[in-house]
Amino acid sequence: MTLTIDARGLACPQPVVLTNNAFDESDEVITIVDDEIARENVSRLAQSKGFDVEVEESDGAYYLHLKRKDTATGEVGNSYSSSVVLFISSDAIGCGSEDLGQKLMIAFVQVLHEIIPQPETIIFMNSGVKLVAEGSKVIEDLQVLENQGVELLACGTCLRYYELNEKVAAGQVSNMYDIVSSLFNAGKVISP
Amino acid sequence: MEIPADPNLIVGLETFEDAGVYQLSDVLAIIQTVDFFTPIVDDPYSFGQIAAANALSDVYAMGGRPVTAMNIVCFPGKTMEISILKEVLRGGLDKINEAGVTLVGGHSVNDPELKYGLSVTGIIHPDNVILNSGARPGDRLILTKPLGTGIINTAIKAGKVDEQTIDDVTAQMAMLNKKAAELMQEVGVNACTDVTGFGLLGHACEMIQSDDLAFEIDHAKVPILRHAIKSAQMGLIPGGAYRNREFHGGMVEFASDIPQWAGDVLFDPQTSGGLLIAVSAEKAEALLEKMRNAGVDKASIIGSVTHGVGTKIVIK
Repeated sequence: MTLTIDARGLACPQPVVLTNNAFDESDEVITIVDDEIARENVSRLAQSKGFDVEVEESDGAYYLHLKRKDTATGEVGNSYSSSVVLFISSDAIGCGSEDLGQKLMIAFVQVLHEIIPQPETIIFMNSGVKLVAEGSKVIEDLQVLENQGVELLACGTCLRYYELNEKVAAGQVSNMYDIVSSLFNAGKVISP
Repeated sequence: MEIPADPNLIVGLETFEDAGVYQLSDVLAIIQTVDFFTPIVDDPYSFGQIAAANALSDVYAMGGRPVTAMNIVCFPGKTMEISILKEVLRGGLDKINEAGVTLVGGHSVNDPELKYGLSVTGIIHPDNVILNSGARPGDRLILTKPLGTGIINTAIKAGKVDEQTIDDVTAQMAMLNKKAAELMQEVGVNACTDVTGFGLLGHACEMIQSDDLAFEIDHAKVPILRHAIKSAQMGLIPGGAYRNREFHGGMVEFASDIPQWAGDVLFDPQTSGGLLIAVSAEKAEALLEKMRNAGVDKASIIGSVTHGVGTKIVIK
């Protein structure tokens, strides 16, 4: 059933908030706004949530027709409040060839800063901590992510085990409590 | 407006500088600036801190040292509890003291809306004034605070951020640009401005005043507040960002694969933002390291100054 949100006259960020709430209840929403800023903001919201956007202008108002792209696999629910945590427990991806695994992990990290939505936190454990230490091939990529607000947590016990505690070049040294809290508070945990 | 010429005026209205600078003698010039605004955050003490840091920043952006300040207060005396004003002023005074500045007075008026800020006087040697203009091809661009305060404040209004994020953005806005300014004078730089309401790109445009200059900024190197990118993607973008884009967008060119959030963040109006500095390539790393060691830990090299054909900023 199509939900219609009349957000005319409402101050920013109400049009975005109301539309976002509507996405929890329907795959098709029409949001009506009366200024360009609201039109732009609601469009951005819709696109980031996997909705197609069509804008119709009429009588000084903008009618945004928002339709969820793939209803079979589309996520229902407010994915903003469900943060993505990336759990990296090795410096390699998969089993088999360690050499291949390490190359895959490097490629994985390098692609990360183009992914939407960004992970909120990246956790490094066991040999994964080697990625944040001096000599790692992905230090610059991790520093870029950190600069863009991604939290990098490296397990302190693991760093000491590998004698890397003085050589951390990206992220911060963390502990089991903070790491476990981060995992349990996450909306989604991805483990490459 | 016609302003009579004055030979002692080092910096006046004409060149979009951060403050006025007036020469008093061969070795002394005064810097004068004023800034005040409506509440940015809910907590009165934090508001006072942020407003004070914001007003002091214009002196730091010229490379000067603020010495005295006066409070400017607009307060709805009949409808707001006086305890709120006391907290705002306490926040302002703590920040003024932190800067080593002396509060010498102030003025208040009744007003339906609360506003607070400062009038600030600073001093500088006439030879050491750092202008907006002065960047040279080959210079590196350093930004000392992360972007995104406008977006995060919109996200706060939408109830979409946690306490930690509110604390982080408040701390960033309340941070003085004092250390950054002192180090910039120590190392020697070519140009500087502080990043506030026009966003990084708007203020960067003010630094390009000759047809021969251009800036190249790497969006991946720009420090950004946590959650700002996610919030921008969610459309929690203040109207000011769109106005900035409209006003200055003609001078900016985005490479084709730049994500939309990058433009939104780069045009996002900042409250009490950091310094944008053009420094020679040879000195850039040294200045950056000094800043990071001194607690300006988000300072980053974000791009460089190049030759340009027509004033332009290129984002890659």
